[in-house]
Amino acid sequence: MSVLRLSVLAALVTGAVVLQVAAFSYLSYDGVVPNLALLVVVAAALVRGPDFAATLGFFAGLAVDLAPPADHVAGRWALALVVVGYVAGRVRHDAGASALGAVVTVAASSFIGTSVFALSGMLLLDPAVPVAEALRVIPVSVGYDVLLTPLVLPLAMRLFRRIRPYEVAV
Amino acid sequence: MRATSPGSPHQRPSRTVLVLLLLACFTVVTLDVRGGDDSPVDPLRSAVGEVLGPIERGAAAAVRPVVAVPQFFRSTSGLRADVSRLEAENARLRGEVATSGVDRNRAAELDGLLAGARGTGYAVVPARVIAMGPAQSFTRSVTIDAGTSSGIEPDMTVLNNDGLVGRVIRADRTTATVLLVVDRQSVVGGRLGSTMEVGHLRGRGDHGDDARLDLDLVDQNAAPTRNDVLVTWGSRNGAPYVAGIPIGVVTTVSISPRQLSARAVIAPFVDFTSLDLVGVVVDPDTEGDRAVLNAGPAEESP
Repeated sequence: MSVLRLSVLAALVTGAVVLQVAAFSYLSYDGVVPNLALLVVVAAALVRGPDFAATLGFFAGLAVDLAPPADHVAGRWALALVVVGYVAGRVRHDAGASALGAVVTVAASSFIGTSVFALSGMLLLDPAVPVAEALRVIPVSVGYDVLLTPLVLPLAMRLFRRIRPYEVAV
Repeated sequence: MRATSPGSPHQRPSRTVLVLLLLACFTVVTLDVRGGDDSPVDPLRSAVGEVLGPIERGAAAAVRPVVAVPQFFRSTSGLRADVSRLEAENARLRGEVATSGVDRNRAAELDGLLAGARGTGYAVVPARVIAMGPAQSFTRSVTIDAGTSSGIEPDMTVLNNDGLVGRVIRADRTTATVLLVVDRQSVVGGRLGSTMEVGHLRGRGDHGDDARLDLDLVDQNAAPTRNDVLVTWGSRNGAPYVAGIPIGVVTTVSISPRQLSARAVIAPFVDFTSLDLVGVVVDPDTEGDRAVLNAGPAEESP
């Protein structure tokens, strides 16, 4: 069962990362695509809490960092998604109950995640992202993630509930 | 505050997990930054590329027909808007035709350059773009569906029938990653078509319709003129860029006494938002799992 759970998680993360670069590039707004990996991590945080979500965020972020055509320093998205998983997991008791709370959590997570990634790029000069471009991209990506929340988040949360251990599926 | 959701295995988050994960992130970042060109993360990167490359290729192939669907569902109002837009464009084009002498010369110049690029007999491997890096990652790169099995190596020139697209930065077995010339880290040697002056082109990181490149000319006195065509300057052994590939036209020129070189802004010929079929310039004797097109860019591909 545990192997099955792990493979479901791996398939979910891989699917999110692949769709993000291969399918949503056709629907990009100004080059920005919805950050599906981030939505999966937020869903995990709302269902399972910070520890699980931060760990999942690490592996999902590493997948985003290493999947072609990524060319930035590896570990930057991993860092961003670990932070997102932890923060979203901490607020889940307040946010997980209502739909509005979930949307606000996604918006905050998207803002935090993209900002952490941009800031790490500024620190490492990889590439030297100008603040103006970061400020242009971040709101668009927050908007796009929120737009996709009703489609992705309930599905992912239901999946995480089903594969939660020690419990009968709801 | 609400009670803990039932059945949640972790009542309170452990700091240890967070700290361990953060340390793991910093380790990966440090390894990759310190490693430079032969970073220890690279084998991992190519392993992931080997696995995800074919999946991305499958996803792109599955999505391509779906992308065409929305066109069937356009409302009449959208079509009407299209008609009025096209009529306006028609009128504008008619006006342009009236004064097209200069343009025709320019087009002839461009045709000559393109013919030159073809005439030099570069052999290209055709490939399709299967994935694009998101703008959130601040890198302008794409994945193509041909890799080392088709004879593609890093530092090869990538072009399409409009002009220069970029260069290969990493090649796995069945996929390769291409850094677009509009990326902020991309530097291309360029040559002005009219005066043969050389300079360096830097990307700005945009890749929409307003994508622009900045040109710094080596010779300060060589003032580029508007609508001058720029081609690649070329490097030794054709790596990373072969010579004579059209890049774009000069749109604005700025010369100030404070600057050491004349600067110009270039509009690239290639539309980076709708990249699909591209060609990778390879050695003509390359033996791979797909046909090498000798002389002529990828448009004649099957």
